[in-house]
Amino acid sequence: MIFEHNFIMGHLNYWLFIMLMMTGLFIVISRGNLIKKIVGLNIFQTSVFMFYISIGKVAGGTAPIFPMDMNINPSILYSNPLPHVLILTAIVVGIATTALGLALIVRIREAYGTIEDEEISLIEADEQKLETQSQLA
Amino acid sequence: MEQVYLHFPILQVLIPLLLAPICVLVGRSTFSWLITFFGSVSSLVIAISLLHSVSDGSSISYHIGGWPPPIGIEYVVDSANAFLLVLVSGISTVVLLYARDQIKLEIDEENHTLFYTCYLLCLTGLLGVLITGDVFNVFVFLEISSLSTYVLVAQGAKRDKRALKAAFNYLIMGTVGATFFVIGVGFIYMATGTLNMFDIYERINDLESSRTVRASYAFIVIGMGLKLAMFPMHLWMPGAYTYAPTVVTTFLSATATKVSLYVLIRFTFSVFHFDFNFIEQVFKFLVMPLAIIAMFAMSFVAIFQKDIKRMLAYSSIAQIGYMLLGVSLLSSEGLTATFVNLFNHGITKATLFMSLGVLTLYSGKSFLSDVQGLGKKMPWISASFLIGGLSLVGIPGTAGFISKWLLVQATIEAGVPILALLIILSSLLAIVYIWKVIEHLYFMEPHSELASQKVSFRILIPLWILSISCLYWGFDTSLTVGTSDIAANNLFNNVIKLN
Repeated sequence: MIFEHNFIMGHLNYWLFIMLMMTGLFIVISRGNLIKKIVGLNIFQTSVFMFYISIGKVAGGTAPIFPMDMNINPSILYSNPLPHVLILTAIVVGIATTALGLALIVRIREAYGTIEDEEISLIEADEQKLETQSQLA
Repeated sequence: MEQVYLHFPILQVLIPLLLAPICVLVGRSTFSWLITFFGSVSSLVIAISLLHSVSDGSSISYHIGGWPPPIGIEYVVDSANAFLLVLVSGISTVVLLYARDQIKLEIDEENHTLFYTCYLLCLTGLLGVLITGDVFNVFVFLEISSLSTYVLVAQGAKRDKRALKAAFNYLIMGTVGATFFVIGVGFIYMATGTLNMFDIYERINDLESSRTVRASYAFIVIGMGLKLAMFPMHLWMPGAYTYAPTVVTTFLSATATKVSLYVLIRFTFSVFHFDFNFIEQVFKFLVMPLAIIAMFAMSFVAIFQKDIKRMLAYSSIAQIGYMLLGVSLLSSEGLTATFVNLFNHGITKATLFMSLGVLTLYSGKSFLSDVQGLGKKMPWISASFLIGGLSLVGIPGTAGFISKWLLVQATIEAGVPILALLIILSSLLAIVYIWKVIEHLYFMEPHSELASQKVSFRILIPLWILSISCLYWGFDTSLTVGTSDIAANNLFNNVIKLN
């Protein structure tokens, strides 16, 4: 049943959503470069935006805009605008997160001289070693 | 006056939100502190009056913009969230009282106003998460508080550059958690077509076997688990708590994770039905074992920490284990214990972090050897650390005892006395790490280079407010246990009795 053409095409938006989501999450987890992590986070969030926007679509529905004279024909089918509105908010949150993440990366680069996760961990480990030595002394 | 009173639910969130930009415009350290303090105190006053008006178990529904739910966004106040509103705004007020002197030492002068702005925004977010009755609104406020929290944590960079990396890690994990949460909300919306919590509750009734609903609950549990530092998803927490400025650590430890836990409880009981088979299984086979592992493993890790701040952070993760254990019993008694624990642990941890912050005010480092012998030099502050420590362990006569006692009772009533034994055993581990600090404080010679340090009354007063409340709520349990009992019963039976 899962290999039927209709099933696959009928759930196309979900396949794309899952693919993008996994791509994004994989980048966040696997990449050591902090900027790449932020890029992965963005892809991850974008997949959720796509998911929300696609669930607002009503089959055969048109754009949810009422005519100017508010003379509404009840037989016209409209798509659901609510998920779109929700996702506008989520996009704003996403931009704020990206901006803050990038700002932190700038500060990290100033302080550590690198934006690679592994190198930062090495520097931090050195610092920890110095601290324990000063504790013993 | 009557009119203003009716708008208290929205003012609770609106006042700190509107004061935040004013803080930026003013641009002076002292003045913005005053504004922040004003915002925090008015939140506290509103929260207390809201708690008072719902103390009989009723609830208040506020329709934003006059649009009735489920179309419009609804704010709901019942005894569960009013209780936590008081905790969050109360802790915020007490922390602010002491924040000024500490911040002068820990943060550059030019960043002070922005610090207070973020603090107000964080407070706004936390209060908003608590009060809202709309599932998407929860996400928005959660992100308001989280984004400002990341900034606040990064402010520790003046003392230790590792704060930046800690804030970055927190940002990545927090955002992943929040996005998981949004996916969950999207699935609920797909299944029910509404965002109002109580509307969902009614519509979700016959959707127990729906895979969409199950997936949505899974996403929400994982998302909130990341935010509240549920055991294997706690990795951001020790770093963030250790390197953040002490003021921020004090505030966050007492509020941020508690609010996320509240969201998890609210979703389990007021959005989904806790008697759904899959929810029972999630708690029985996932949350409860993880909570027990957290209680032991994290207390054990805490014993070997040299840095007291990090030790207390690990102890927080263990304490979250107790709270999750209370919820996972899925009984009214367990829920009561969790609510009492939320409140008492908030006060206890705030006392510990604040007194630690004062003890290490001038050295800026919080290693065990830095507090060596301070018991004689700073007796009042060490005493308040001692009180906080006793309360954390759960010695009778302190607030911590009440919450542990209720939890033990709840486990026995749920018919699993083995859990009671585990709670007591893991408390013994808490004695070990707290004792290590006490030993350094009272039974070791001070470093000779430490001159006697003067601490002003502005710091001592808030510290002792917290320490005394640690003791006070160990004796007078009418507020904590009484309110928690009503809150738990309402959630458990899902009684929404509107005024």
